[in-house]
Amino acid sequence: MYAQNVSTGTQGVRDADELSPEEAAFQARIDGNIKIEPKDWMPAAYRKTLIRQIGQHAHSEIVGQLPEGNWVTRAPTLERKAILLAKVQDEAGHGLYLYCAAETLGISRDELMNKLHSGEMKYSSIFNYPTLTWADMGAVGWLVDGAAIMNQVPLQRTSFGPYARAMVRICKEESFHQRQGYSIMMSMVSGTPAQKEMAQDALNRFWYPALMMFGPSDKDSVHSDQSMAWKIKMNTNDELRQRFVNETVPQAHYLGLTIPDDDLVWNEETGNYDFSQPDWEEFKAVLKGNGPCNRERLGARIKAWEGGEWFRDGLAAYAEKAAKRRVAA
Amino acid sequence: MANEWPLWEIFIRGQHGLNHRHVGSLHAPDAEMAINNARDVYTRRKEGVSIWVARSTEITASTPSDKGPMFDPAEDKIYRHPTFYNIPDEVGNM
Repeated sequence: MYAQNVSTGTQGVRDADELSPEEAAFQARIDGNIKIEPKDWMPAAYRKTLIRQIGQHAHSEIVGQLPEGNWVTRAPTLERKAILLAKVQDEAGHGLYLYCAAETLGISRDELMNKLHSGEMKYSSIFNYPTLTWADMGAVGWLVDGAAIMNQVPLQRTSFGPYARAMVRICKEESFHQRQGYSIMMSMVSGTPAQKEMAQDALNRFWYPALMMFGPSDKDSVHSDQSMAWKIKMNTNDELRQRFVNETVPQAHYLGLTIPDDDLVWNEETGNYDFSQPDWEEFKAVLKGNGPCNRERLGARIKAWEGGEWFRDGLAAYAEKAAKRRVAA
Repeated sequence: MANEWPLWEIFIRGQHGLNHRHVGSLHAPDAEMAINNARDVYTRRKEGVSIWVARSTEITASTPSDKGPMFDPAEDKIYRHPTFYNIPDEVGNM
């Protein structure tokens, strides 16, 4: 999940008789699956929560370019390089769709950028892990984009129109991301023993961080109930995590790789895999800014933003001048 | 920053013979750059054959609360639809 631990600023879900007439009408629309559009009335907390969630989602797409951008110049073949470049470009596009959706709620692009750079807004914990070898490009596409798809497919039905429409567009493009990652893994495991080892090592390092993407366990996820009532969250964290494990384990078996979890076992009774939880203390530390790459990622973002300022200003100055010239002519 | 680029609404013609359709929006300093950016943001997979851009501030929209008075009057004018009229089978296809 690209949005983790999004606060709703509320204390649980209120009963129907505690809602104002406006709030009740709003909730009735959501319950009837009628989309909420930017100009419609909405509770202030719904607006605020969505700005946080969509903003965090957008930031994740943009920051998510960095670990993969790291490998564009070092891809093993021209074809892989072109593919990786296309994927990284897609992530930029996904960020832009989402920023626009957030802006319809009354926050500006620059405010969003500033909040990312100041650390007030977060991005997904997963992008604070380093990409050390080429096999990591395989693991990221397969696991990270795979986990993102789990979360994004149901969000196509989310209650806020612009968010839902951005999700439809993103989901159409996301499947390529996962498949290209799996295709890298297939090449690695059919290569030399050293290459297969690299693939296993990448899986070992990305497995638990990928499980963390879905956010804390349901019992510790304090804002889930309100978000689900508003239909800005469609499934619980544990539901999606389970679904991801169930789908991914056979894919790892096909590759001949081992999931780094000694307690992983198929549970005949529940029809699910039983699996070990990630280290939630590590998750909290990464969210707080103390993951392996937090400083590097944010530093790269700020450098790009500040270093590009003269260029943005130059284009704006040219546009202004050209407009004046047109008026004069 | 005071210099935020304006917002543009993007319309794409998917195929020859179809209407341009609203696909989303983006920021750009001027119309030319808006078209360039729209190509990269909205047509990476051959989604279009033509692009229109319009400044978002130039678009006037109806308000959601006017939905009733705006659109309800059409509701009871079912005689505007061909199925309102019964034409005998003997007349043939009409």
